[in-house]
Amino acid sequence: MSALPLVVRNLRVAFDGTPIDPVRGVSLQVAAGECLAIVGESGSGKSVTARSLLGLAGSGARVSADTLSLAGESVLDFSDAQWRARRGKTVGLVLQDALVSLDPLRPIGREIADSLRLHTTLGAAARARRVIELLDAVGLPDPHLRVHQRSGELSGGERQRALIAAAIALDPPLLIADEPTTALDVTVQAQILDLFETITRAGTALVLISHDLAVVARVADRVAVMSGGVIVETGTVTEVLQQPQHADTRRMVAAVPADKPRGTRLSLTLRDPATLHDPAAPPASNDAADLPADPDAGAPVVLTATGLVKSFRRPDGSRQVAVNDVSFDLRRGSTLGIVGESGSGKTTTARLLLALTRADRGEVRILGQAWSEQTERARRPLRASVGAIFQDALGSFDPRLNVAEILRAAVAGPNGSHRHAHTERVRELLNDVGLSVTVTQQRPRELSGGQRQRVGIARALASRPEILICDEPVSSLDVSVQAQVLDLLDDLQRRHRLSLVFISHDLGVVQHVSDTVAVMQYGRVVEIGAAEQIFGAPAQPYTRRLLASVPRLL
Amino acid sequence: MTLVPLPTRPTRRRRRLTVPEATALLLAVFFLLAAVAPHWVAPGDPLAIDPLSAFQPSSWAHPFGTDESGRDIFTRVVHGTGTSLVIGLAATAIGLGLGIVLGTLAGMLGPVVDFAVNRVVEVLFAFPGLLLALVFILIFGPGVVTSTIAVGLSTAPGYARIIRAQLISVRRSAFVEAATVLGLRRTQILTRHILPNTLAPLFVLGTLGIGQAIVWAATLSYLGLGAEPPTAEWGAMLSAGRTYITSAWWMSFFPGLFIVLTAVTATVLGRALDRRLRHA
Repeated sequence: MSALPLVVRNLRVAFDGTPIDPVRGVSLQVAAGECLAIVGESGSGKSVTARSLLGLAGSGARVSADTLSLAGESVLDFSDAQWRARRGKTVGLVLQDALVSLDPLRPIGREIADSLRLHTTLGAAARARRVIELLDAVGLPDPHLRVHQRSGELSGGERQRALIAAAIALDPPLLIADEPTTALDVTVQAQILDLFETITRAGTALVLISHDLAVVARVADRVAVMSGGVIVETGTVTEVLQQPQHADTRRMVAAVPADKPRGTRLSLTLRDPATLHDPAAPPASNDAADLPADPDAGAPVVLTATGLVKSFRRPDGSRQVAVNDVSFDLRRGSTLGIVGESGSGKTTTARLLLALTRADRGEVRILGQAWSEQTERARRPLRASVGAIFQDALGSFDPRLNVAEILRAAVAGPNGSHRHAHTERVRELLNDVGLSVTVTQQRPRELSGGQRQRVGIARALASRPEILICDEPVSSLDVSVQAQVLDLLDDLQRRHRLSLVFISHDLGVVQHVSDTVAVMQYGRVVEIGAAEQIFGAPAQPYTRRLLASVPRLL
Repeated sequence: MTLVPLPTRPTRRRRRLTVPEATALLLAVFFLLAAVAPHWVAPGDPLAIDPLSAFQPSSWAHPFGTDESGRDIFTRVVHGTGTSLVIGLAATAIGLGLGIVLGTLAGMLGPVVDFAVNRVVEVLFAFPGLLLALVFILIFGPGVVTSTIAVGLSTAPGYARIIRAQLISVRRSAFVEAATVLGLRRTQILTRHILPNTLAPLFVLGTLGIGQAIVWAATLSYLGLGAEPPTAEWGAMLSAGRTYITSAWWMSFFPGLFIVLTAVTATVLGRALDRRLRHA
């Protein structure tokens, strides 16, 4: 191939009615067989940039550039018909959510054959053969059976493979992947990233869009960091990750939790520049810093789970065991991390700990008192000692209430009603979680994801609990917002001597926050122990496999 | 705290009225005025006979023309507004009220009650709504009151279903779990979270239902099962004009126009409310 698969000079995208253009002068180029990663936080303009490369920026968008060429051909003034002829052929696209990107009513084989039918003269039999070759190439086992399945019958990783097969069906010189692994479990993510490596080794150019630097580190040759619609830094992966130049890049590098010891701050703020250069520096201005970070092993046990079993009835009447013989202790002031892939029983465990569902067998005790075995009425006085933080913060708030009402109700609890006495406490809670009082009159859906989760944390703290059950509290947040929320939880834990159960699918996050870690698979705890032991010397093969999949910064 | 204060978004903008919404709002004001103070809008007597000026087309004296006895159609249509609106509101209230009772029973009282209520609702659903109303009138006799109740009854199954579904989805929502975790009592959760979130959308549903109820009530009157002539009621007037449709079209056209306008007004306002409440 003589011409470069992608050359962009000074790309600008403007939308009608938005004051600031989302993309303001971006220049990129990618050579055959090269992987360029565009990294940025949400709102940085990375997705709009990616979409403009396919002529998919949207009807209200005005795209302009000095050069925008695909495989040597200028595509700047392309009509819709011209774009349709090129998409799939000179540039392929892989989207984040394969479940919605594939038609649920059509077998994936037909879906993949579509582009072959439109762009080639292959007959039906030849197309069918090619589809099977493609599915084989993307590593889907039993391809001739899989072609007849619909997207709903495939797992997340299989769907993503099918989508990649469709994108590479015509062997386009350029492939654009927009957050292709964000919705996947770590082990599956690792497999998909390997697949991308194989594809680029075969000579395809890849533009990988991601908010996660660690993911990108594995496959990319070069990285372009976007912020506020411009590229603030480019370079090889090693350059960018090891000597980040721009403040935004430094913030993103620091925000990756894996391999950062407990108590290290993840979110950098411009107010304490000391931490900019030394990620291991202690929190610069924190009155709680002198409190012990590590709880001593002799601290009293505040929560025990013994032999928890919970099963559900499947639609066909058989029973599925979601949680199978799970036991652990939680000591005061410590954090127990529960990690596992989707379907491992983490969330059911959280619901059992919160007594939102009744266990088939086994028992949970809180502060030495009976908890899961009680009636709700008998349990209620103890409820104040156990707070909960949910993954979907927005869904956990009554949509009719504003922030002040949510927090006042939480402060009042089941008995209180003196509205004015609560105002001071609400202010204190907001201050605790780093929100300004101006949010009180807003409803949660008007807040950003990070702000919502802060309100969720404030609500959980309202009754001054000793134990917090956190179910995927940062999973729906950007890496840098995640860093702020993790730091906040760490601060609060020290200040209020909280004991945390921290559930996450993200090993990097769990490693950063936990004293003790329980690894779950198929409803069982396969390994439990001190965090250093689990992450330093894992005993079980499953734990080792999980650990090998965690994206790390070199 | 080393956290940077987070930027907050400005308070939400007021959504501007669209042209259909503004028109519907004006019409609604007119209909309400006509219902509350018909003499103020049309000073004449809706029942005053004037045989000498029968079957007159629209003119300055009679904007909507006159009927077979020389009664002024405009006056009659305006004076009929109150009856139609009251029938529409009352029928919707009856339908919603019954729907709330049935839907709440089904949604809250466990699987046995749920099963029973669902089967009853399904049986009612098997009949077209109007047929159900006709059966009721057959048993209790025609008239404004029975036709109102009949329309209310026939809309109840639909409301009951919607309320049940809404209740169940609210009951399973994450914020109800969050309230349980806070230690709220079951009655507190029911009154503070479940009921308000179930019933708020019903306001919109009711507004949308008023238009339908007015049309159905007029249908019953047209069939001679609701208000009886010479009452100034739109359905009855439509029916009376039917005989003279070829020579005096205005006798049925204007009552019909008012039926359509009230129904459309209620629907447009209902949808506008829905949009605003959902995105507010």
